Amino acid sequence: MADRITLEVARFRPELDTEPVLQSYEVPLREHWAVLDGLSYIKDHLDGTLSFRWSCRMGICGSCGMTVNGDPQLTCATFLTDYAPGPIRIEPLRNFPVVRDLIVDIDDFMAKLPTVKPWLIRDVHSPIEEGEYLQTPDELDEYKQYSMCINCMLCYSACPVYALEPTFIGPAAIALAQRYNLDSRDEGASERAEVLASPEGIWSCTFVGECSAACPKGVDPAGAIQRYKLTAATKSIKDLLMPRSAR
Amino acid sequence: MTAYHRPIPILWWTERWSYLLFVLRELSSVFVAWFVVYLLLLINAISDGPAAYDEFVERSGHWWVVAINVIALLFVLLHTVTWFGLAPKAMVVKLQGRRVPPRAILAAHYAAWLLLSAITAWVILR
Ligand code: SF4
Ligand code: FES
Repeated sequence: MADRITLEVARFRPELDTEPVLQSYEVPLREHWAVLDGLSYIKDHLDGTLSFRWSCRMGICGSCGMTVNGDPQLTCATFLTDYAPGPIRIEPLRNFPVVRDLIVDIDDFMAKLPTVKPWLIRDVHSPIEEGEYLQTPDELDEYKQYSMCINCMLCYSACPVYALEPTFIGPAAIALAQRYNLDSRDEGASERAEVLASPEGIWSCTFVGECSAACPKGVDPAGAIQRYKLTAATKSIKDLLMPRSAR
Repeated sequence: MTAYHRPIPILWWTERWSYLLFVLRELSSVFVAWFVVYLLLLINAISDGPAAYDEFVERSGHWWVVAINVIALLFVLLHTVTWFGLAPKAMVVKLQGRRVPPRAILAAHYAAWLLLSAITAWVILR
């Protein structure tokens, strides 16, 4: 195995560049090095001006998402050796404005997320003295998968609908809404319905499925969306056919 | 702050197989609509009597009508197969507290399709 590998890194310095340019760096090819370690090596030893985000280095914080050889990846969970002999092209996540180098602006998602109210909603809160709201393991399993989301934005980056229609609230926001809708302690499904079932919500999705393929956490946002489509469609039919009292 | 917005390449839908499939599936709705129109024309011809019906059948035999219908059939098949692929994701069915495996839901859809096709074939060919 060669002991070095070339990283072609997209650089965008707003004060210099009008569009990203690729810059090549050679880094050691070590067996346990993730792409993120390669980038850190560049920053520490070759070029301190390179900017990128990371925090946990263990697939938990969701901040190191980038486009690696065209695919959205967590760079802390993507290994250099899997791309040997290289070169490896590292670009910022697609579908988001690039602030600098590999850093994207995810304000759009941050603004959309609260519109689906991803928190427990209760009609009446029971007093604290009564203790926790209990839940069985089966009830936990109903939504657990959706609760694994780390807001890494790989799914938005993979989604062509989001690229073409930026108003789409997107895969993770919908999966997170379902995370609460399917929680036995939650009573807020009707409050979330208006945004979810709007044209910017589930009906924008045409089931490309790339969000679920990109998700590093097995959330399956595409599944969450299709499932909610059925829920929303069933509800509209019921609203149409049944008297208010019987719903 | 002047952020960079990457323009969407015109050929973005060729970048991935799944994107191409997505565009083809969107396109398939045109052919679904064509079959609806074709069926309405057929019903119209039938209601206008035997002469109109014969003319309809005659016109349907033209090579270009056959060609359109074959292409439309392929697109409608694509539409159906991808639609069925989605069904197990949308339907979470529980039987006696257990989730019915997605494969079984998929199989049920194909079985229903086969059954309805067989009934249709029987009505037409009998
Ligand atoms: S759904 Fe998956 S890909 Fe999307 S933000 Fe959450 S963890 Fe990341
Ligand atoms: S650095 Fe936290 S997920 Fe990669």
